[in-house]
Amino acid sequence: MAENQKPRVGVFICHCGTNIAGSLSIEEVMDYARTLPGVVVADQYQYMCSTPGQNKIIDAIKEHDLNGIVVAACSPRLHEPTFRTATSEGGLNKFRFEMANIRDQNSWVHMHDWDGATEKAKDQVRIAVAKARLLEDLQPKSVAVEHAAMVVGAGVGGMQAALDLANAGIKTYLVEKLPTIGGRMSQLDKTFPTLDCSQCILTPKMVDAGRHPLIELKTYTEVENVEGYIGNFEITLRKMARGTYDGPEMIAAGREGSGCNGCGDCAEVCPVIKPNPFEMGMAPRKAIYIYHPQVMPLQYTIDFESCVKCGLCKEICGPEKNAINLDMVDQLEKVKVGCVILATGYDLIPIEDKTEWGYKKYENVITGLEFERLICASGPTGGHMIRPSDGATPMKVGFVLCAGSRDNTGGVAKPYCSRFCCMYSLKHAHQLMEKIPGCQPYIFYMDIRSFGKMYEEFYYRIQNEGCKFIRGRVASVQEDPVTKNVYVMTEDTLLGRPVTIECDLVVLAAAIQPKPDAERIRQMFGISKSQDGWYLEAHPKLNPCGTTTAGIFLAGVCQGPKDIPDTVAQAEGAASAASIPIHQGEVQLEPYFAQCVEDLCAGCGMCVPQCPYKALALIEKDGKKVMEVTEAKCKGCGTCGGFCPGGAIRMQHFTSPQICAQIDAFLLGGRGGEE
Amino acid sequence: MAEKDWRPKIIAIICNWCSYAGADLAGGARVQYPPDIRAIRVMCTGRVDPLFIMKAFQDGADGVLVSGCHFGDCHYLEGNFKCAKRMFLMKNVLKNIGLDDNRLRMTFVSASEGAKWGHVMEDVVKTVKELGPSPLVERKE
Repeated sequence: MAENQKPRVGVFICHCGTNIAGSLSIEEVMDYARTLPGVVVADQYQYMCSTPGQNKIIDAIKEHDLNGIVVAACSPRLHEPTFRTATSEGGLNKFRFEMANIRDQNSWVHMHDWDGATEKAKDQVRIAVAKARLLEDLQPKSVAVEHAAMVVGAGVGGMQAALDLANAGIKTYLVEKLPTIGGRMSQLDKTFPTLDCSQCILTPKMVDAGRHPLIELKTYTEVENVEGYIGNFEITLRKMARGTYDGPEMIAAGREGSGCNGCGDCAEVCPVIKPNPFEMGMAPRKAIYIYHPQVMPLQYTIDFESCVKCGLCKEICGPEKNAINLDMVDQLEKVKVGCVILATGYDLIPIEDKTEWGYKKYENVITGLEFERLICASGPTGGHMIRPSDGATPMKVGFVLCAGSRDNTGGVAKPYCSRFCCMYSLKHAHQLMEKIPGCQPYIFYMDIRSFGKMYEEFYYRIQNEGCKFIRGRVASVQEDPVTKNVYVMTEDTLLGRPVTIECDLVVLAAAIQPKPDAERIRQMFGISKSQDGWYLEAHPKLNPCGTTTAGIFLAGVCQGPKDIPDTVAQAEGAASAASIPIHQGEVQLEPYFAQCVEDLCAGCGMCVPQCPYKALALIEKDGKKVMEVTEAKCKGCGTCGGFCPGGAIRMQHFTSPQICAQIDAFLLGGRGGEE
Repeated sequence: MAEKDWRPKIIAIICNWCSYAGADLAGGARVQYPPDIRAIRVMCTGRVDPLFIMKAFQDGADGVLVSGCHFGDCHYLEGNFKCAKRMFLMKNVLKNIGLDDNRLRMTFVSASEGAKWGHVMEDVVKTVKELGPSPLVERKE
């Protein structure tokens, strides 16, 4: 279209069933739209996003020779791509489309104000038409996508995502902060409802991930910095000083010797003893350690915070292996990837802060994770279930569900359901009854949420096995100082009276929360969080694996509480979504770039430090200093354009004349904005 | 126009990634608020030129709201921070030209804060209603 062509705008108003039409007058808005300058056709339809709705746009472009399209419907965050496609199918440049959000930001929020909503919709259409009249043809910019991906967090979700990506032929960096991959699942004994041994089903995945030729394990490594955008993320990793070298690292470091083979001689001689975090602090660990017996990679790690640098480990390791370096320092490394999947997992809340349940005050009050370690054959007791105070076999065990979940009292408590505690507590009850004949579990619950496949059946099974269920939120747990038995006090809401049950052991099904560094990682990758701190998905229903930042995807509990099957399913979804741009090889970026209007640019250079991406620079051109934009670096935020004192920076698709026309259209009733 | 029938004209310039998404979320959750605010979408509050604020008041806006991501959450790292600095400046400019600086407000509403967006809407409308019509409009008439 020639630049001097007069605006010919078509306005299309969507009923969205009764979503919009039930709260404001479509007819009135349409009649009003016809009176606006530049509008040559206005129409309405039940569902503009349907095929007949879109055909209306396509046909109208041809019939009325339109050069601007306005759809008044839902949010551009939902349907802008749909209508841009229709605009383009009608033969117009797809950026000649503007949306008026009369649903999410009008009919849904002014449901009982017909006149107010109708007036607002008219204004919204007028504002959109004002912009549509000034829209221009733009060309999306294609950028190449690096044929590599990164997965942050190597729990079961991260490993699954990495395996799927690698099996699809994509080089994948699997980054893990701990010295081993495996994550939370490696701490569990059995998994519900099938009672599979957790390690037995996890270790094959760990081995696959460790041996896959296209997966590069980056254990004991943190993300330090993130630059770039979809297709071209440049990520700096901090490889934390591990104190030992494996074979390839020996060669890279130019050291003589074979490197760490995991023999464990060093740990035997190490004199420093610390609590083992893998065993929830219930077993000792040396300063040189492997995280647990099935680690991947099998390589010892020195905890430099507790190491006294006595050198005994180095001595016993000997010159043949020569694996230990007590003076090792962190190393930074840069990798380039096309897409990233975050799978950072969760922690338990500090349940000791809910003092009414006495965790850390009474010895025989433990968390569900501690229970997992105590009953696990590879745990500190070799799988013999004991209670901490005296090592006796517990015969009456109370399980406190919703310990900090579904709790609006504030503090460390969480309003949400942590989703897997009901099921693992049922499993714990089963394990007790199976291992200890005569052991009586009591489950104190609000509701049993057994929502998954075969979960309800598992619940019935545990009921039939003899577990007692008491419906009531536990008010208090008190210890008998002599016997160390714990009394669980609650109101049985089904009987309508208070009950107190003396237990040998109490297990708290503590709520879960995001990892402490989840916030730092989120800000580095530029994604949003939900109100409760979990990472925010792009759409709760239709894009649960994506984020609003292109090229960043989510898997597992970091996006919200979920159990293992849901985590694995989401990981596979995220891997599939991440592989799409990588396999396509290029992505199209919206061309919202800054441009320098050289006639207006005074060459002051004040815009240069405004740009967070260093996309701007001052150059000499025709004997005059002007600003130059590197389009590949510009992300189109417009911070420079909002700052330039001379108005010399033009933000494509968000130009100052366009925005001023919108302001004028609203406040001056469409009289302004004429160019 | 009778005092109680007067409805303020308030313009909101909001960022695509946080506040616009938060406003959409308020819609999904059917949070109800007064219909006196019209939103203009920009990619980032960093795009907000002080000129836009002046233009709005010159055109007779009774209030202007600029809303972006929380600090540290900006989709473009620091656009909201740079905007906040400009808004601070603009509040001073408004005071100097004799406008109540409460007519200009900057808020931070994330994509998950639909309920907060509703509160912001209520609060901005209430504040501007208490301040009454913009004196620039009265002078014009």
